[in-house]
Amino acid sequence: MELNNNGQERIKKAALLSIIPGLGQFYNKQPFKGVVFLAIFFVFIIQMATFGIEAMTGLFTLGVTPGQDHSLFMLIEGSLQLLILAIFLILYAINIYDAKRVATLASIGIKTNKSFIDIMKNVYQNGFSYLLALPAYAAMIFAIVFPVLVTVLTAFTNYDFYHIPPANLVDWVGFDTFKDIFFLSSYRDSFMAVLSWTVIWTFAATTLQIVIGVFTAVVLNQKFIKGRRFFGIIFLLPWAVPAFITIMSFSNMFNDSIGAINTQVIPLLNHLPFIDIDAISWKTDPFWTKIAIIMIQGWLGFPFIYVLVSGILQSIPEDLYEAAKIDGANAIQRFRTITMPAIFAIATPIFVTQYTGNFNNFSMIYLFNEGGPGSVGAGAGSTDILISWIYKLTTGTSPQYNVAAAVTIMISIIVIGISLLVFKKTKAFEMED
Amino acid sequence: MSKLMKSQKSSRAVNKLFTYLYLLILAVVIIYPLLITASSAFKKGNLVAFDLDLTADWTLNNFQRLFTETLYGQWYLNTIIIALVAMVVQVAIVTLAGYTYSRYRFIGRKKTLTFFLIVQMVPTTAALTAFYVMALLLGALDQIWFLTFLYIGGGIPMNTWLMKGYFDTVPIDLDESAKLDGAGHIRIFWQIVLPLVKPMIAVQALWAFMTPFGEYMLAKFLLRTPEHYTVAIGLQTFISNPMDQKVALFAAGAILIALPITILFFMLQKHFVSGLTAGGTKG
Repeated sequence: MELNNNGQERIKKAALLSIIPGLGQFYNKQPFKGVVFLAIFFVFIIQMATFGIEAMTGLFTLGVTPGQDHSLFMLIEGSLQLLILAIFLILYAINIYDAKRVATLASIGIKTNKSFIDIMKNVYQNGFSYLLALPAYAAMIFAIVFPVLVTVLTAFTNYDFYHIPPANLVDWVGFDTFKDIFFLSSYRDSFMAVLSWTVIWTFAATTLQIVIGVFTAVVLNQKFIKGRRFFGIIFLLPWAVPAFITIMSFSNMFNDSIGAINTQVIPLLNHLPFIDIDAISWKTDPFWTKIAIIMIQGWLGFPFIYVLVSGILQSIPEDLYEAAKIDGANAIQRFRTITMPAIFAIATPIFVTQYTGNFNNFSMIYLFNEGGPGSVGAGAGSTDILISWIYKLTTGTSPQYNVAAAVTIMISIIVIGISLLVFKKTKAFEMED
Repeated sequence: MSKLMKSQKSSRAVNKLFTYLYLLILAVVIIYPLLITASSAFKKGNLVAFDLDLTADWTLNNFQRLFTETLYGQWYLNTIIIALVAMVVQVAIVTLAGYTYSRYRFIGRKKTLTFFLIVQMVPTTAALTAFYVMALLLGALDQIWFLTFLYIGGGIPMNTWLMKGYFDTVPIDLDESAKLDGAGHIRIFWQIVLPLVKPMIAVQALWAFMTPFGEYMLAKFLLRTPEHYTVAIGLQTFISNPMDQKVALFAAGAILIALPITILFFMLQKHFVSGLTAGGTKG
């Protein structure tokens, strides 16, 4: 509907008036709404005056007097204030939007709710959805958004074991921490060593578990198999038993001198013809530790893939295979042209979560050999991946909180980037409207 | 022709042989570490390493020592409290949010949904520095309520996605016809839709319940006094000192955790993957 000049004027006025929240609503003859918005505005002003201004300046300076100003608390309170400010700005935008919308409705002659009861009814009808999702937002803001904000901020400070508040102040240092990681030789070498092993570990371990999982599913899906249920249950066990327990058990079993692998399994294997293996230094030789954790992750991770792929295999129509057989395709060709595409069409996003999961698989690395043996500098052991390095940087005797935070940011960017790329490509998670 | 059939037959026999050989080897590789751990729980004396000697004397003494000589009972109780609270709160939050995103079209829906998806990829456990500073400010270092809260919050984005995916599989016609019959928001949610997503709720509950039993990093980072430990970090103290390995106690404690969890797992296993794929592939 065309708006006349009068209507245009009215909308403009409502929007302008609501620069002070609430006035636009009064102008629209919705005093109840006006009072609510005005009240929110006043609460914010008071909050700003009593806590906010100080918190914001604190975030800016991070304290001036050592021993008196606690830089960390200032950082946290400042971050909290940033969140409050963001929430207020959202409410402020809603206020202007609402004033404009109601004015528009009124100027084209649609009746708007004036009374308190009508408005409450309207809020209940349209606001019910927000109400239901509110607890999720609240929990997420404090358990995820806020920590991420603080982590990002920490990465730009010099918070380490030289600067522990309240005795010392923490200061903003800009991109220095990132520069150190990339250009300072001691850090750069450790970072590159840890990063490259993280990438190798992720690819080797995840690919191994996918290969075993897919292979086992295909093997067990053959028609002649007897005892499928029996094998099915056994193959689920590594997934069902809590991983930390099995990793700790393996850690003991792989002990160089007393572990069962060296004292029982290898001697047993040596009874077989043509096999003659010496005891292997699983825990003291970085190469063998790496082999061991990749194998163990294959053991731990394949059941999930196996179950997933088994389900997909059963959904492939039998006729497809029959038709391919008649066309003369052999087993391998049938697998490549029918089975594989079917698996990847459904399972790719889940495979990706397996890769990103192993990228951050702290338990496997830390519980098996605490990231050891040996060291690649900056507190990192030879089998440490980025996340276990972060753990060591924050818990060690000379903690480097800023470096840990910077590495956390890099991990997040890598993981999110790869996931988004794949999700976009596979069109999983596509929204319907 | 008969030659071809014969060679086909023998290649089939070879295939059969290798199939069963593979399955058997895999089964042994899976069972051996579990059996060697479990059997160590029933051994007498001070074991320093797992070994598989089924002829040795058997005893239940280790289970008794677990509860009299160590804090294991306390750890178990801590873990169950954390697990129950996390389960109830998280399932409630996630169910409400998942329902909202499945059923309502509201301003900001798509944006926040994308936000959930991205946040879900952030390895939140890596924000250790932030958790440490927050805990310092709140006086929450070494407190299990803070850990519980982090477990609840951390699981929300991913599980909201899965829950929404499952709610999407319930036909919207049901809501519409209920609405025509005069049912309100709460009635439609509580009496019409909710009963149909019970399987997913059960899966979510189990997940939320199992997480505190298996999570190691955050618990180890935040909990400092042994009385506050969860079972995961408590058990590790039995075998973390190379000079003092209490392998039999570890094994006994491991059985008491693994047995109930494994049984729960098998009860709900069917729903795990269907839930994952339903939530993952539908919008």
